[in-house]
Amino acid sequence: MCLGIPGKVINTYEQDGTLMASVDFDGVQQAVCAATTPEVQAGQYVLVHAGFALNVLSDTEAEETLKILHDLQQFNANLTEEDKIS
Amino acid sequence: MSESPKNLRDASLTKAIMAEIQRITTQPWNIMEICGGQTHAIMQYGLDQLLPPEITLIHGPGCPVCVTSLQAIEQGLQIAAQPDVVFTTFGDMLRVPGNKADLFTARSQGADVRVVYSPLDSLKIARENPGKQVVFFAIGFETTAPTIASTILSAQKTGITNFSILPANVLVPPAMHAILSNPANRVQGFLAAGHVCAVMGYHEYLPIAERYQIPIVVTGFEAVDLATGILMTVQQLEAGQHQVANAYPRFVTMEGNKVAQDMIYQVFEPVDRQWRGIGTIPLSGLGLRPEFASFDALSRFDLTQTVLRESPLCIAGKVLSGVAKPIDCPAFGRECTPALPLGAPMVSSEGACAAYYRYHRTRE
Repeated sequence: MCLGIPGKVINTYEQDGTLMASVDFDGVQQAVCAATTPEVQAGQYVLVHAGFALNVLSDTEAEETLKILHDLQQFNANLTEEDKIS
Repeated sequence: MSESPKNLRDASLTKAIMAEIQRITTQPWNIMEICGGQTHAIMQYGLDQLLPPEITLIHGPGCPVCVTSLQAIEQGLQIAAQPDVVFTTFGDMLRVPGNKADLFTARSQGADVRVVYSPLDSLKIARENPGKQVVFFAIGFETTAPTIASTILSAQKTGITNFSILPANVLVPPAMHAILSNPANRVQGFLAAGHVCAVMGYHEYLPIAERYQIPIVVTGFEAVDLATGILMTVQQLEAGQHQVANAYPRFVTMEGNKVAQDMIYQVFEPVDRQWRGIGTIPLSGLGLRPEFASFDALSRFDLTQTVLRESPLCIAGKVLSGVAKPIDCPAFGRECTPALPLGAPMVSSEGACAAYYRYHRTRE
């Protein structure tokens, strides 16, 4: 139930006084309530749970995460077998 | 840039992190992933089988339908059975056993029980059926709470009066206190549920880490996220540290989503709540504030008290508090299967028993 699916905001609009967003999930578009992410803009990625955008993806943090992970991968590749056992 | 799910499922990256965990582990450690969605992801990616034998993952109570009390389910069944009621719920709840029946049984006996993807769908049903009472079964953790709060605020704003909720929302931090103060506790480190933290942030965990001297790492749901969360927990355990760290910064900040938090606490307030199999945990639930009491289904319907009966075979409570593994249950895979569940953890897509059954973690 706490699963959240990231999707890309195509546009935002108002419906019955509530902020909504059209969100693209790898080609499938869905109307999502954006009441808890009023600052969201088209082109940004949001975490969607139960039809609501719960948060906006931080691009810089996402890039940083992948960079650290690739560094770790490199570090690991450079270890000798002996290093790995000890 | 995109969320890059492909990169975050990269097998070579996950293996590199696993190798690092292997390299730094010197002694046995028990780490609990709180969220049932993470339990399933761990099994799906086979991460439990890639970890060094010293690291044991203990599965936590973060399965909303599993911890929803038998009393709430019985109340739901009674409400659903009333004439001119549409009872709406997330799909996972349909097959969770009550005393004798589940919501599927109620539907087969003529109750109008509908599965919704979002609480907002219930509001649409209410708008389209003005002569009926539409009741949403409000279960879930802090992830779901803002969606329900927002729905109630929308109902209030648009004057929809035939909508109400059966309140059963629960909160993570009080459950962590309950687990850590249990004398049988084995948990030495926590993976905090990333999506709960996307809403709530992680400032609430600082006093828990300090009080119980336990590392807590906010963790996401992809293979690389989970492996990173485990690595950051083991690093702290091996170094004797007990900090709150964030392994899911692309969606989680210390403060979380303030708009969502304000919405939750505009509508709800903390109340004592009973957790199925675990018992009552103080201030661990969300009840409607007095000004929103008219949206409480319990005040709209006359319900009778029923005697509550759990299966004598099911050890769901022990599984949910991390004291036992699903395979410790003698009924696992025998009397209890996803087709004929004795307890909720065998039903839910977030239940530990269902994860073990689905991904073939058997006694052998």
